[in-house]
Amino acid sequence: MTDAIVVEGVRKRYGEKRALDGLDLVAARGTVHGVLGPNGAGKTTAVRIMATLLRADEGRVEIAGCDAARQPRELRRRIGLLGQHAAVDEELSGLQNLEMFGRLYHLGARHARVRADELLDRFGLADTGRKAVKQYSGGMRRRLDLAASLITEPEVLFLDEPTTGLDPRGRAEVWEAVRSLVGGGTTVLLTTQYLEEADQLADRISLIDHGKVIAEGTADDLKAKLGGDRIDVVVRDGAQLVRAARLLPGPGVDHDDVTVDADRRLASAPVADRMEALTRVVQALQEEGIEAEDIAVRRPTLDEVFLRLTGRTEDQDRMKEAV
Amino acid sequence: MSTTTGDTPMAVAEPGAGGSRIGWAVTDSWTMTRRELAHWARQPVQVFVGLAFPVMMLLMFNYLIGGGKGIQGDYAEFLVPGMFALTMVFGLDATMVAVTTDLNKGVVDRFRSMPMTNGAVLVGRSVADMLQSFASLIVMMGVGLTIGWRWHGSFAGVLGAVGLLMLLRFAMLWIGIYLAMVAGKPELVMAVQILVWPVGFLSNAFTVPQNMPDWLGAAVEWNPMSATGTAVRDLFDNDPGVLGTSWAAEHAGLLAVVWPVVLVGLFLPLAVRRFGALSK
Repeated sequence: MTDAIVVEGVRKRYGEKRALDGLDLVAARGTVHGVLGPNGAGKTTAVRIMATLLRADEGRVEIAGCDAARQPRELRRRIGLLGQHAAVDEELSGLQNLEMFGRLYHLGARHARVRADELLDRFGLADTGRKAVKQYSGGMRRRLDLAASLITEPEVLFLDEPTTGLDPRGRAEVWEAVRSLVGGGTTVLLTTQYLEEADQLADRISLIDHGKVIAEGTADDLKAKLGGDRIDVVVRDGAQLVRAARLLPGPGVDHDDVTVDADRRLASAPVADRMEALTRVVQALQEEGIEAEDIAVRRPTLDEVFLRLTGRTEDQDRMKEAV
Repeated sequence: MSTTTGDTPMAVAEPGAGGSRIGWAVTDSWTMTRRELAHWARQPVQVFVGLAFPVMMLLMFNYLIGGGKGIQGDYAEFLVPGMFALTMVFGLDATMVAVTTDLNKGVVDRFRSMPMTNGAVLVGRSVADMLQSFASLIVMMGVGLTIGWRWHGSFAGVLGAVGLLMLLRFAMLWIGIYLAMVAGKPELVMAVQILVWPVGFLSNAFTVPQNMPDWLGAAVEWNPMSATGTAVRDLFDNDPGVLGTSWAAEHAGLLAVVWPVVLVGLFLPLAVRRFGALSK
């Protein structure tokens, strides 16, 4: 069976700026693929190109077996899109919106109405279906938007930061809806800035930055990239942080892999052997007269993978130079 | 997707080649027109304001701002047809606001990600705007009749005048759509909204060009809106006989057709291309 999403070497420029710089992405049918990256990494541009809203300057895009450049209409018949901003008509009611979209998918008037009622029901909007969308809460609007993306039961569903700007309850509602979709064969491509979201929902994750993929794999694969366990030391006196950080790397660990967080007075480094590292670091700190508030050995978080691969904050960079 | 019981199996009709594709184009355009009509039903106040605004202008100019110097006979006879033309020009503003609002919301993205006919969004807009302006024209004619305006020509002349006015509106429609897509932002819409006023007023809607300095009078006579104004006064037989003797004034009927056709010929392709270029 072919892959539902195939993106090869896609480039897109806006003047001098390279929004996408050779993006590659493959997602198997019936999986959730997370696209994770900081603001401006090119996530939205990528989704807009896959959904035929934008044309790629270079490269190949094939969604559900349709080429984006040559068969845009066939492609559109097989996808659903949930963009960052609610793509519904705010002046109309939820019912009117879904009916209109159903007609535009050429379901026919009667069929469009039946489908609209079904979807309102399924997304818990049956009671508010006749109210204007502008009176909806953020979560309700998102659910209506999602319902509109599902009118024709798309083979591939694009979700561009589906929970940005939602409160925790709204977020939970969207996650719930996404979970109920997968498994039945729909392929979901999800962009997000939230690591937790990718960790929770995605089978595989592509980390993108500056318009290209810098790491790809399952959440566990990506965590493993950091090299297993880490040791964290929180010092009492922030002035000693740099000195403490210098002590952390054991044999075979590169100084570049040490991270420091000045605000939390925290230094962290990968370790090869947990027990060896713990005793070595405790001893070294004592010898140097550095007082530690907390010392712990733990698994890396996806945040660290993200930070490590997309670059650190300025503050951390400066601290690292000192190390 | 796991199919919930009761979900309708989706058999999306596949528009084949040729005839059915045109059929879908018509269906999609109608769906988009219905969308605009549904907006009206949900915003009756806005619809009322839209209809009342030109009426207010007409009453203001007829009773408050005592124009009409140099106009022989009843000022209403002169003013009312000019206000018809002005109403059509001000429609540009309404079109532009509507298109800008749409483009700045995500809903156009959804339309563009669907297998619908590309141009249906624009066709829906234009049908709805033409209907609105037609309604506005009927209201204005009603108010005109109550303040003393009459047509003296044939019924065919009346139909011809309405036709020319709608043609002018059609030209304004495509200018409005194009400008909205070029400007894009609500702030720039404001600039155009302001600029519509001098363009609308630099016409023979309120007074005759003979009352103006020569250079200004010439500009006024060549304004497409003046051509329509003069032509419809002629067709309604409201001509007070002081509409000037320049080439533009004497060939107003011709210009009232040529101007809008040229403007549509220019701005319709530009607007359609711009809409297609949203994917650039």
